[in-house]
Amino acid sequence: MSVPILRHGNVLVASIQVAQTDDELLQLSDRLTDMIGKTRARGVVIDVTALDVLDSFATRTLRGIAYGSRLRGARTVVVGIQPDVAFAMVQLGLDLGAVSTALDLDDAVAELDRPAKEAGSR
Amino acid sequence: MNDPQRIPITRDADIVMARQAGRALAAQLGFKGSDLALIATAISEIARNIVVYAQRGEIDLSVAEEGDRRGIAVVGRDQGPGIPNVEQAMRDGFSTGGSLGLGLPGARRLMDDFEIESQVGIGTIVRMRKWIPR
Repeated sequence: MSVPILRHGNVLVASIQVAQTDDELLQLSDRLTDMIGKTRARGVVIDVTALDVLDSFATRTLRGIAYGSRLRGARTVVVGIQPDVAFAMVQLGLDLGAVSTALDLDDAVAELDRPAKEAGSR
Repeated sequence: MNDPQRIPITRDADIVMARQAGRALAAQLGFKGSDLALIATAISEIARNIVVYAQRGEIDLSVAEEGDRRGIAVVGRDQGPGIPNVEQAMRDGFSTGGSLGLGLPGARRLMDDFEIESQVGIGTIVRMRKWIPR
């Protein structure tokens, strides 16, 4: 099932509801990059609350989305990483790199509203 | 010993299926939240290695028993090209497949026991176990 991408002002919100295959994650990445251009979005929020695993591929893809978005003029915030998932990511040695994270959608939107200069680089 | 549950791995959707089956078996055995995430993630990593490097293989899931310990046993098997240098492949950040290079070493950190056997031209077997905390 492809992930719905909603537009909220100048922010795109992709809420992942079911486990994604590698191909589906790559499609999400392509669609987001495409939509940033079409909608001139300044921010992307990816909600992973429903995911019970973020493995090395998913993490690499999220990093790719964030870098790709930044090159297109938008910032990315990943929200809703579950505590157990975060623990597994740390054990695996994964690091989200420059991807910003937030606990929920409100925090994510607040993060995107901050001027880029003062926004955390993480 | 119980019969293993076998999940054929031939495409990326099978990676999701394998980790969900592993998580379900682990939950049934009594593993709790963070261990479930660790087990599912480790299965995801070794299943992806099968798809990326060998194209096809299988994951066997079963109950592990040793003395009075119980846990989950996961075996990933493929008849792929094999790994010429296992020691190197077990090092963080080493990858020939364009990935982060955390799959095998990461899976080893997530599980309690981890063994890998690989022969060039024959294939690779990864055996992992995690024990239920007492």
